[in-house]
Amino acid sequence: MLRTTGAIACVAALSVGLWAAPVSANKANDTLNVAWDQQIDNADAYFNTNREGILLARMVWDQLIERDPETFQYKPALATAWRWVDDLTLEFDLRQGVKFQDGQPFDAEDVVYTLNFVSNPANKVLNTTNVGWIKNAEKVDQYKVRIHLKAPFPAALEYIAGPIPIYPHVYYAKVGPDGMGRHPVGTGPYKVQSLEPGKSITLVKNTDYWNDSPKGNPKIGKIVVSFPPEKTTQMAELLSGGLDWIWYVPTDQVKNLERVKGLTVTSGETMRVGYIYFDAAGRTGKSPLQDVRVRQAIAYSINRPEFTKTFFASTANVLKGPCFPTQFGCYQGATQYDYNLAKAKELMKEAGHPDGFSTTLYAFRQPPSWEDALAGYMRQIGIQAQIQLLQYPAFRNKNHEGVTPISFGDWGSYSINDASAILGNFFTGSPDDFSGDMELQGWVHEADTNSDPKKREEFYKKAIDRIMDRMYWLPMNSYAIYYAHTSELNFTPYKDEIPRYYLYSWK
Amino acid sequence: MAAVPTDRSRQAQGKGRPLFVYFIKRSFVALLVAITVSVVSFLLLHVSGDLAQSLAGPSASAADVAQVRKAYGLDRPMVIQYLDWAGKAIRGDFGYSFFLKQPVFPIIADRLPVTMMLGVSALVIALFVSIPLGIAAALRPNSWIDRLALTVSVFGQALPSFWFGLLLMMLFGVTLRWLPVSGTGGWQYYVMPAITLSYYSIPTFMRLTRAGMMEVLASDYIRTARAKGLRTPTVLFKHALRNAIIPLVAVAAVQLGFALGGSIVIEAVFSLHGVGYLGWESISRADFPVVQAIVLILALFYIVLTLLADLLNAFLDPRIRVR
Repeated sequence: MLRTTGAIACVAALSVGLWAAPVSANKANDTLNVAWDQQIDNADAYFNTNREGILLARMVWDQLIERDPETFQYKPALATAWRWVDDLTLEFDLRQGVKFQDGQPFDAEDVVYTLNFVSNPANKVLNTTNVGWIKNAEKVDQYKVRIHLKAPFPAALEYIAGPIPIYPHVYYAKVGPDGMGRHPVGTGPYKVQSLEPGKSITLVKNTDYWNDSPKGNPKIGKIVVSFPPEKTTQMAELLSGGLDWIWYVPTDQVKNLERVKGLTVTSGETMRVGYIYFDAAGRTGKSPLQDVRVRQAIAYSINRPEFTKTFFASTANVLKGPCFPTQFGCYQGATQYDYNLAKAKELMKEAGHPDGFSTTLYAFRQPPSWEDALAGYMRQIGIQAQIQLLQYPAFRNKNHEGVTPISFGDWGSYSINDASAILGNFFTGSPDDFSGDMELQGWVHEADTNSDPKKREEFYKKAIDRIMDRMYWLPMNSYAIYYAHTSELNFTPYKDEIPRYYLYSWK
Repeated sequence: MAAVPTDRSRQAQGKGRPLFVYFIKRSFVALLVAITVSVVSFLLLHVSGDLAQSLAGPSASAADVAQVRKAYGLDRPMVIQYLDWAGKAIRGDFGYSFFLKQPVFPIIADRLPVTMMLGVSALVIALFVSIPLGIAAALRPNSWIDRLALTVSVFGQALPSFWFGLLLMMLFGVTLRWLPVSGTGGWQYYVMPAITLSYYSIPTFMRLTRAGMMEVLASDYIRTARAKGLRTPTVLFKHALRNAIIPLVAVAAVQLGFALGGSIVIEAVFSLHGVGYLGWESISRADFPVVQAIVLILALFYIVLTLLADLLNAFLDPRIRVR
C-alpha cells in the first residue's frame, strides 16, 4: 500500500511539474534571462555569421538606417537623411549628439573607418556578401559621408539597414576584431556588462542611449544570455523560472508548454529558409553527386511537405525556389520536385547507382531528429548518409574547406529582403558555392548588380531555373519557429527573425 | 584480551618488496603509458585535417596557408613537431584555442575545478551508498535487501545517464524546485549532476563490497573473532571491512578517472561549465587544440589515479608487491 501510494505520488509530482506555473523572480529583478542555441565565436558583428551574432549586434550597435520590423520601411538612425548621388554613390547626413558607450562622440570618422576596414579584403571579414559591394567610404565633413560602390548594387540600402553596424573608430583601431569580440562597444540600446565566451553574455540598459532612436528607449534593465546546449534543459529552466525566453522550441513540445500556466508560446514564419545542397562541383572529390540525376533523385526522395508538417509550426511553408518568397527577385515558377519515390529510384538506376552509395550529411541545426529524417528519406533510395552534426562555426568552416558532400543548413539572409542576400552568398563563386557553374554565377552577379529592376528579375529567373533544373540546391521550407516565454513579457516575433529585446517590456 | 591475529598482520609478516621499489616500478610503467597517450593526443590534431588550413581560416588563400604552415613549424618532420609540442606541453603551453582565441591551458584550468568537484562528489556519493548496501547484502544473502541491492545494480548499469539526469532535473528542479535546474554556481548546482554521475559507479562498488565481505566473513580469522565474543560492529568494521575493501580502493580510483572523462554528457545536460562540457563544445566546433589538451590532461589524471591506487593497494596488502 505504501509502495503504491509512493509511486502514485511520484507520478503526480512529475505531472504537476509540467503544469506548475514558473516562478518569475526575474521581473522583480528587471532581468530577462534568455537562452540562445548557437554560441558566438566572435562578438564582433563582422566576424561571426550566425543569427545569435545578429541579435547581439542589434542590441549593442546601431546602423545608419533602421528598417521597421513590421512595415520594412527605412527610418533614420545614425543617419538622418540619405540620397543616391549617382548609381555608384550614396550620401548620408549623420546624426549629431550621439555618443558611443565608451564616451567617444559619433561622427563621420567612425563611419569611414568602419566601412573602409570591413570592406578591405585584407581584414577578412567573414561574410563578404554584406560588405563586398563597398569600394570605400569618404568623409565629406564631420557629419556627412559618401559611400562609393564598386558596381551598381540596388540592395545597398537593405544592407546598410541590416548587417552593417557602425563602430567607434578610436577603440576599434586600438583593439581590432579580437578586442571588439571580447569587449564590444557601440552606440546601441544595451551595453555589454560581461562576456564569457561560450558561457554567458550580460547586457545592461544604456541609460545614455540617444533620443529619437527608432529603436526607442530600452525598457528592460538587464538581459542575461546563456547557451544551454540541450533543448530539454532550456525547457526545464523555463518551467522552473531560470529562463524567461527560449526559441526554436521543438514542435512536439509545444502542446506541453502551452498547457503551463504562466508561459506563452508564440509562433511565426520567418525569412529563414532550409536547404540541402550538394557538391555538384566535385570539391570533395569525384562522387555520384556530380551527376544531376543523382541530385534530382535525392530531391524526389525527400517528402518536404511531410518534413515541414512534422518538424515546424503550421505557419511554415514548403519553398518553390532557393529564396524566401517576399525577397525581391525570388521567382516562384521553376521546376518542382514533388515527392516521388518511384521516379527517384528510376533516376538512381539511370545514373548507374541502383543500390545507392555512402556519403556524409553535414548539419548544425538541432534537434538531430531533423537530420535523422533526411537520412531516412535518402535510405529509401539506397543512400547511406552518415550524419555529422556540428556547432555552426565548425559547420561553416567545413563547408568553406569544401569537404561537405551534402549539407543541410538554413539561411536567414541576414534578414535582407532581397534575393541577392541568399543567391549572392551561394552562387557567386564564394566558399559556399558548390555548383561550380560559371554561367550561373554570371547571371546571379548580373542580377545582384543591375540597377534596372526588370533586368534583375530576368536574371534571377534564369538563375533560379538553372539551380532547380540542375538541382544544385534543394529548397526545403521556410522556418516558422516557436518561441516560449514567460507570460509577463510583452513579446512580438518578427518575420526577419530578429527578436528585438529593446522593444520588449514587462507586463 | 589478546589481539586477534588479522589476516593483515599475517601479511605484514610475510615477504614483500620494499614499497619504494614497487613505487619506482609502477611509476616507470605509468610514464610509458603517459608518453603513449601524449603521442596519440598529438596525432589526434594532425589526423583531423590540414592544421595549417584550420589555423589560416576557411577563406585563406593557398599562399596564406603556406605562410601559416611555415610560421607554426608545421612544415617540419613530425617527430620534431612532436618533441616541440611535448616540450611545450610539459610547461603547460598547449597552443591557442581556434574558437576562443586564447591560450588553451588557462581555459582548461578555469574549468577543471568544476569537473574535479563533480567527480569527487560523485565518488563520495557512490561510496556512501554502495558500501552500506554491499555490507547489508553480504550479511543477508538472498534476502530482500540483497535483492534490492542487485536491482540497484542492474538499473545502474542499464539506465542511460542523461535520461536519469533529466528525470532528476524534472523532479527536483522543475516540480519541487529544491535545486537549480542547470548552470554552474554553489554546491546546489552539483547535487543532481553528482547523483547522476555516481549512479553508474554504485553497482560496481556495491557488488565488490558484497563479494569482498562475503569472502572475508567466511574466513577463519573472522570465525575466531566471533568465537572470542567480539561485538558484531567490531568484527565487521575493524576486521572484515578493512580487508574486504582493498579491491574497492583500486576500483574507486579508476572510477574517478572514468567520472572525470565521462562527465561530458552530464555537464552538457546540466550546463555545468567543466572540462567535459568544454570538450563537448570543442569537438562540435572543431577546436582541436582544446580537444587535444583535454584528452591528454584527463588521460594523465587517470594514469596518476591508477598509480596512486596501485600504491595504496600495495601499502594495504604487501602480497601485491610480490606479484
